[in-house]
Amino acid sequence: MTLSVRDLRVHYRTLRGEVKALDGVGFDVADGEILGLAGESGCGKTTLGKSLIRMDGRMRLAGGTAELDGEELPLGEDRRMNRFRFGKVSLIPQYSMSAMNPTRKIGKMVGELLASRGERLDLVELERRLDLVELPRDVLGRYPIELSGGMKQRMVMVISTLLDPSLLIADEITSALDVSTQKAVARTLVEFRDRGFVRSMIFITHDISLTYQIADTIMVMYAGKLAEKAPAGVIVSEPRHPYTRMLISSLPEVGVRHAERRLSGIPGRPPSLLDPPSGCRFRDRCPLAFERCAEEPPPVEVAPGHHVACWKA
Amino acid sequence: MRRYFGRKLLVYGLTFLVAVTVNWMIPRFMPGDPVQSMLSRANVSQPAAVEAMRAHYTALFGLDLPLWQQYLNFWAALFRGDLGISIWVFPTPVTDLIMRAVPYTLALLIPSILLSWWAGNRFGAFAARRKWLDNTALPIGYVLTATPYMWLAILLAWGLGVVAGIFPVSGGYSFAMRPNWSWEFIGNLALHWFLPFASLFLVAFGGWAIGMRNMIIYELEADYSTYLASLGAPRRLIRRYAFRNAVLPQITGLALQLGVLVAGALVTEIVFSYPGLGHLILKAIQNQDFFLLQGAFLFIVVGVLIANFVIDIVYVLVDPRTRIGMGGEAT
Amino acid sequence: MTAVPARRREGLYFAIRNGKLLAGLAVLVPLLLLAAAAPLIGGQDPNAYVAAPASPPSAQSWFGTTMFGQDVFSQFVYGLRSTFVVGALGGGLAAIIGMTIGFTAGYRGGLVDEVLNMLTNIVLVLPALAVLLIVNAYLGVRSVGVQALFIGLTSWPWAARAIRAQTFSLRSRDFVDLARLSGVRTWKIIAREIAPNMNSYLFMTFILLFGGSILIAASLDFIGLGPSQGISLGLMLNNAARWSALHLGMWWWFIPPGAGITAIVGALYVMNVGLDEVFNPRLREL
Repeated sequence: MTLSVRDLRVHYRTLRGEVKALDGVGFDVADGEILGLAGESGCGKTTLGKSLIRMDGRMRLAGGTAELDGEELPLGEDRRMNRFRFGKVSLIPQYSMSAMNPTRKIGKMVGELLASRGERLDLVELERRLDLVELPRDVLGRYPIELSGGMKQRMVMVISTLLDPSLLIADEITSALDVSTQKAVARTLVEFRDRGFVRSMIFITHDISLTYQIADTIMVMYAGKLAEKAPAGVIVSEPRHPYTRMLISSLPEVGVRHAERRLSGIPGRPPSLLDPPSGCRFRDRCPLAFERCAEEPPPVEVAPGHHVACWKA
Repeated sequence: MRRYFGRKLLVYGLTFLVAVTVNWMIPRFMPGDPVQSMLSRANVSQPAAVEAMRAHYTALFGLDLPLWQQYLNFWAALFRGDLGISIWVFPTPVTDLIMRAVPYTLALLIPSILLSWWAGNRFGAFAARRKWLDNTALPIGYVLTATPYMWLAILLAWGLGVVAGIFPVSGGYSFAMRPNWSWEFIGNLALHWFLPFASLFLVAFGGWAIGMRNMIIYELEADYSTYLASLGAPRRLIRRYAFRNAVLPQITGLALQLGVLVAGALVTEIVFSYPGLGHLILKAIQNQDFFLLQGAFLFIVVGVLIANFVIDIVYVLVDPRTRIGMGGEAT
Repeated sequence: MTAVPARRREGLYFAIRNGKLLAGLAVLVPLLLLAAAAPLIGGQDPNAYVAAPASPPSAQSWFGTTMFGQDVFSQFVYGLRSTFVVGALGGGLAAIIGMTIGFTAGYRGGLVDEVLNMLTNIVLVLPALAVLLIVNAYLGVRSVGVQALFIGLTSWPWAARAIRAQTFSLRSRDFVDLARLSGVRTWKIIAREIAPNMNSYLFMTFILLFGGSILIAASLDFIGLGPSQGISLGLMLNNAARWSALHLGMWWWFIPPGAGITAIVGALYVMNVGLDEVFNPRLREL
């Protein structure tokens, strides 16, 4: 068991009060597993990714634990978390295009970053990885501005995985790319896993069809909670949660990209997380809702590795 | 690279052209007869001086010539280094008076600009995002940068000079001394130099500190800082990178502030009767010495242009992006 | 379109809780009131000889009197008045010129931009005070209004440059394209689509120009090229320095005017940072 998250609660401080962006989420990621994390925007998937590596200033850990390789991660404590970052948990951010310091040569920046973490730069290994992602070796002597968008993306992927982290979080890294580049990036991530550069991975995206291509397991979130989690094939072929079903059936065709907005196929909108309603949060939009949905459905393992939080499942 | 500097030099060239033209135009297009009005304003009592001046002005203005020829003559005189004759200390050439004053002004300006820029940036970066310092030291920075140069100069002169009696408050050196290269004289120079320098330094320091503080906050929030923090880089490294990137706009800011800093030096010199350009300008205004005033104006413009060009060169050396953008395939 | 009022309300929420903004206003508003009430509390003529010369602050003359028996407090409140006028007029004029040139250059681009940019750069590197010295010395400045006019004409370039850059980045946005495609006239696009999106920025630019004008005017007054009629804070400093208030220990003569300028300009700068925090969520600290 690489990662094991239990009852994780993370709140956002806003003017109007605390937004319960993550409200009790639990799951496991096994060795070598790629977990695809899907859901509408605002469902908490990005919050989940962030809280596992670095919370921003407005986030607050309200409860729950995360254990990586048997060690508990001090998620709420920025300083203590530093020890785990990069080496144990690493991140490929959404903003790869601007993730590198514009006024440092890339190689120098990497060297200084490693030195600051007390690591030595293994130039041979670094160059091997550059070859693997088809970046010329001389990028290390260039400034970020001299690289194309795709090159920056691959460079950041190489930097983030340089210390062979146990867990890699890839947060919406494909949303700015075109379809063919998306596929190439996805393939590279799988290859990174296969070569052992990363042990396991959480791949966050709103694009469930892309997730399906690389993930072993897919976890669907809704309004800060887990809706369904199952092996990728199962999610797509036999979804049990009504939300997942609608999500899958609203996909135009596999491979066609889905715009980041509320799903037009599902009427209604997710509830406000400022003061979430009791019971099942999908109730108001659910065609199958009945009296019992006023009670909150716990995630239940309906088949091996298949968890669903729905009374009808 | 060549294109970048070409453009800059074009701007500076045109600026110089505009400055000289303004200088030429103003006395000529003013209502009334410039020679007569100058002579009457000059208020010189010696008849010999008045006659000499009338002859000089008429020749210099060349009012009987067509305008374009007057204009060309003006330029020709300029290139010979001839800025006219001073009325205030008749008949000393304006160029000589300015050359005598310039070292004092530069001795104030260069150290105060460089030191305040360096120290202000350091301090501003240090104070940013440290709550206690940010809340106590920065208000002081705002007060400093809002202080009129001459007022701080007056306060320092009064407090440390008149009341405490530590520093002299007037002149470039003691009246009792003759300029020479003895240690005693140099010490005396330094003593007179300190207060004007300090007041220039303090006002400018406040401005740089605040500028850097506001700039570095943006950089600490930038994506590259967040990425480094996510990879567990220590604050020291993140701040170092942010500082380096925040310094770049501060270099541009230095170019933009040059005019203000020079103006500050002028009024500070007036407070301390420090024998630099500011003092000269005051005397020129009080004595209606327009040649001297115009000469000083041109001199300041040229000085600012040169300083701008130096800053351009420094910027290119410091920001790799401009080099790459300009170098094209060369890199 | 519900987002705009909500955002405005949020701005107000932060505005009334922003310490810097409130502190700036707390300094500025009383001074403004004092300036507005100058004829009521400062007598009719600030330069009238009303009391014993060179007397320190007392119950009769709160800030003492000058060498010649003029009331320093009376001069101070009238001086505040000219200071605000010079800031508002000079800063306002500079803002108008800067906006006109910045919007035009940024929106039109091409040759217009090249020419305006060149003009901006030329005026930018010319040291404003040096130019004003020459102009004021030759033409003479009688009133605060004329002084403000000259200051406004020389201090707009950095504002034009900043506004140009902002306009440039807004120009290619969808809503501007849409307006352009539907045949809306250029100046209307600027007034309705571009300017409202940088309202806060324009306001902050004006504040900085306001403060800058005050400082330049004070320097000119101090050198002796101020308005020949009336009184201003810079002129008070000039008089104090000219009549050796320093050596005579008449601190009450030179402290109030400088403190007044510093307070006004400092308050403006602090307000500016406060506004930046209000308008720019990234700078808010929770």
